Amino acid sequence: MTRHITAKELNTSVSRRQVMIGAAGLSFAFALSGPLARAATVAGERTGRPLSPWVSIAPDGSITILSAATEMGQGSMTSLPLVLAEELDADWSKVRVVPAPPIEAVYGNPGFGGMMYTAGSNAVRSYYQPMRTFGAQVRRVLLDNAANKLGVPVDELTTEPSVVVHGKSGRRLSYGEIAGFAQVPDKAPEIKPEQLKKPSEFRLIGKDVMRVELPGKVNGTAPYAIDVQVPGMLYGAVLRAPVEGATADKIDEAKAKAIAGVVKVVRMPYGVGVVAETPWAAFAAREALTHATTWTKSGKAWGFDSDKGLEEFATAARDPKAPSEEWSKAGDPRDALSKAASTFDAEYRCDYAYHAQMEPLNAVAAVSPSGDSAEIWCGTQSQTTAQEASAKALGIPRDKVKLNYLLMGGGFGRRGPRDSDFVVDAVLLAKDAGRPVKVMWTREDDVHNGRFRPLSAHYLRAGFDASGKLSVYQHRLVGDRVTPFFDPVRFEQRGRKDSILMVGADFGSYAIPHQLVEQLYRDTGVRTAPLRGISWTANKFAVETFIDELAARRGIDPVAFRLELIKDPRARKVVETVARMADWGKKRDGRGMGFAFLNYSDSLVAGAGEVSVDRSSGQVRLHNFWCALDCGRAVQPDNVAAQTESSIVYGLGLALMERITMKDGAVEQSNFYDYRIPRMSDVPLMHIEVISTDNPPTGAGQMATPLVTPAIGNAIAQLTGVRLRHTPFTPERVKKALA
Amino acid sequence: MTTNFTVNGRAASTDAPSSTPLLWVIREGLKLTGTKFGCGTGLCGACTVHIDGKRAFSCQTQVSEVAGKSITTIEGLSADSSHPLQKAWLAERVPQCGYCQSGQIMSAADLLKQNPKPTREQIVAHMSTNLCRCGTYQRIVRAVERAAREG
Repeated sequence: MTRHITAKELNTSVSRRQVMIGAAGLSFAFALSGPLARAATVAGERTGRPLSPWVSIAPDGSITILSAATEMGQGSMTSLPLVLAEELDADWSKVRVVPAPPIEAVYGNPGFGGMMYTAGSNAVRSYYQPMRTFGAQVRRVLLDNAANKLGVPVDELTTEPSVVVHGKSGRRLSYGEIAGFAQVPDKAPEIKPEQLKKPSEFRLIGKDVMRVELPGKVNGTAPYAIDVQVPGMLYGAVLRAPVEGATADKIDEAKAKAIAGVVKVVRMPYGVGVVAETPWAAFAAREALTHATTWTKSGKAWGFDSDKGLEEFATAARDPKAPSEEWSKAGDPRDALSKAASTFDAEYRCDYAYHAQMEPLNAVAAVSPSGDSAEIWCGTQSQTTAQEASAKALGIPRDKVKLNYLLMGGGFGRRGPRDSDFVVDAVLLAKDAGRPVKVMWTREDDVHNGRFRPLSAHYLRAGFDASGKLSVYQHRLVGDRVTPFFDPVRFEQRGRKDSILMVGADFGSYAIPHQLVEQLYRDTGVRTAPLRGISWTANKFAVETFIDELAARRGIDPVAFRLELIKDPRARKVVETVARMADWGKKRDGRGMGFAFLNYSDSLVAGAGEVSVDRSSGQVRLHNFWCALDCGRAVQPDNVAAQTESSIVYGLGLALMERITMKDGAVEQSNFYDYRIPRMSDVPLMHIEVISTDNPPTGAGQMATPLVTPAIGNAIAQLTGVRLRHTPFTPERVKKALA
Repeated sequence: MTTNFTVNGRAASTDAPSSTPLLWVIREGLKLTGTKFGCGTGLCGACTVHIDGKRAFSCQTQVSEVAGKSITTIEGLSADSSHPLQKAWLAERVPQCGYCQSGQIMSAADLLKQNPKPTREQIVAHMSTNLCRCGTYQRIVRAVERAAREG
């Protein structure tokens, strides 16, 4: 079957004067049937002629490319379409990017089992090859159509940005002209990897372009969910139970209802909602409910105290008899430990930490009077879970929920839970109110109802053989579970493995024969989630501090010791690069230097920090941070550098100041006065080197975050001889350790 | 009670209770959503606007306080993103998530008005009122320096 676009169809309206040319491969369908037909229809609502999922080209030459990744500041909304545009050989100035509809069969992320989910610094990594292939397929369709039109063999044609060129005759056809007469095959042309461009032919990949959404971010027009207003809209606020699983017992609604503008108080499965004519009335009513609601004692976390909990974690971690499960193993670590000529052990601890994305969670929802359909507006990392959870809350099919996803004022892992808590708030209140509702969380709500990087204790042990060589590594990790709470579906799909807690606990690029990582499972009932740097922030704090301690024990320079253990040439290069950048080994008056390295999901990253400590106050200051990153092919090198700066600042907060504590299962902190995050005055000078290599692109959105804590801790040890073992390194803790 | 004031050179009014934070009147009433809600406590600076030419946290300003006053929001800083800071912000590729950037730019505009050639230390001291969770601080400094230089 061949689709031919008629002149009539092309002339109906500006928005419909576009030819959508589809292309697909790998797990993506091409034929216009099944889910793809639906994709084409939904995409067609945005871009006109419904022929295919990824690209449309209008006769005026404008090109629309759909973006399957959501945008939270990391730049994927530009990078993925740019990769497609590269192989399409599109004129980037004519490209417009629109969000892809939530249809997993077409737009799903291969890195997350096909769900639409932007996380784990995975978007460019997983979509890179498919997007290139799709772009090349569309280019091929354009070439075939041009060859037909010009009556020449297709191999006599080449392309320049958005133009097909016949070199022999000098004839040229623009992509827009071709779109006007193109016949689109039902089956995508096959593109072999060797038919893709060589890196030397790249016009876009590796060259920085203006990110598509950036101009709107300097004049206030960039749209976030919190900015959405729809006709007839009310404002909602929700008082959640302090403990997950608890529910409202007695609610005294009188004071809340007495506030002018309050429409109603709504009992919800996990708390109490209020709907009002204005946001200030909604917030005032929510505040009034705080003192007028009692809670059932259902829910696991009641009684939990994080300080005591961490003591229990640490005791179990160091107790060899405390039951554990093997997470990973190499060689025969138990035998190696028993035969080691000498062993060394150490303990590390990490507190809960909060995402603190600048835009408090919020969503807008409208539910039809009969409750059988809905429309939602939100900023989500997962189109799949946002739509699915909303449909589930209403008991309706997924396709009855129209999803509009907007820019996010930060994500950092908070906005992709399976239950989409903050979206469901709006859906439930809109249904009850019979009018559209915008639910906004206050900053206090955002902290109290946070889902945190887990509390963890780490017991590490190493053995040296008779020749003094490091031969065995053991890591016993006791941490609050994350995956089963954050995404129970993924937990089941992936063999009940809590990867969000455990990944990175191994020895990584340090090549020694015997290794053992054990998990001691804990479920405190506290809400948890992946947080920028994910499990790596805690686990590599342990590993990279331990390596430094082992180097000290061997009497070797910590960089030299790392290089002794690392075989991978790419890994060695980032370590050597940072050592050079930082002038490692140079003595600095009153300042310590600390190093850290990791292989973070195949991105190689190393960092060195220069630190001073005010012994009277315990205040630590990071003056300089040098960092080198090899994430394979850097699609947007300056954006990779920007993401790395961002990752370092985020890591600085986790290292020095960010700490959530629990009393009786409830969060003790409330806002930026008791949960401090880095300000401009806290930030070091950052020196970044992006090493772009010919390897397939890997992640860049958070790789440097886990470097910062161990680099600072190692620097403090070098400066003072004192080892800090519990993050964050607050002034009180530092002062106590140095006393 | 109606409060009258000026926003971006145009007359505006609100019937919101006098203690209502100006932020909500600007955002939800006047639909100028470039000014952001971040903390509600004057700790993050996302809500920064100018009142009679000086920066202020709109979440900490009650509408009664702005009666008869002149407010500038990010939408009023320039008609076409041509303010030197807006140009510098793009040249240095400052924004990431972008949510705090209206407040950052309004804060920086206040600095340059008082001090057209600030030192790095003065920039850091002035701008430390504004949080950026994406950690774009190093680029903000560069952008303010660029705007001061290029005008």
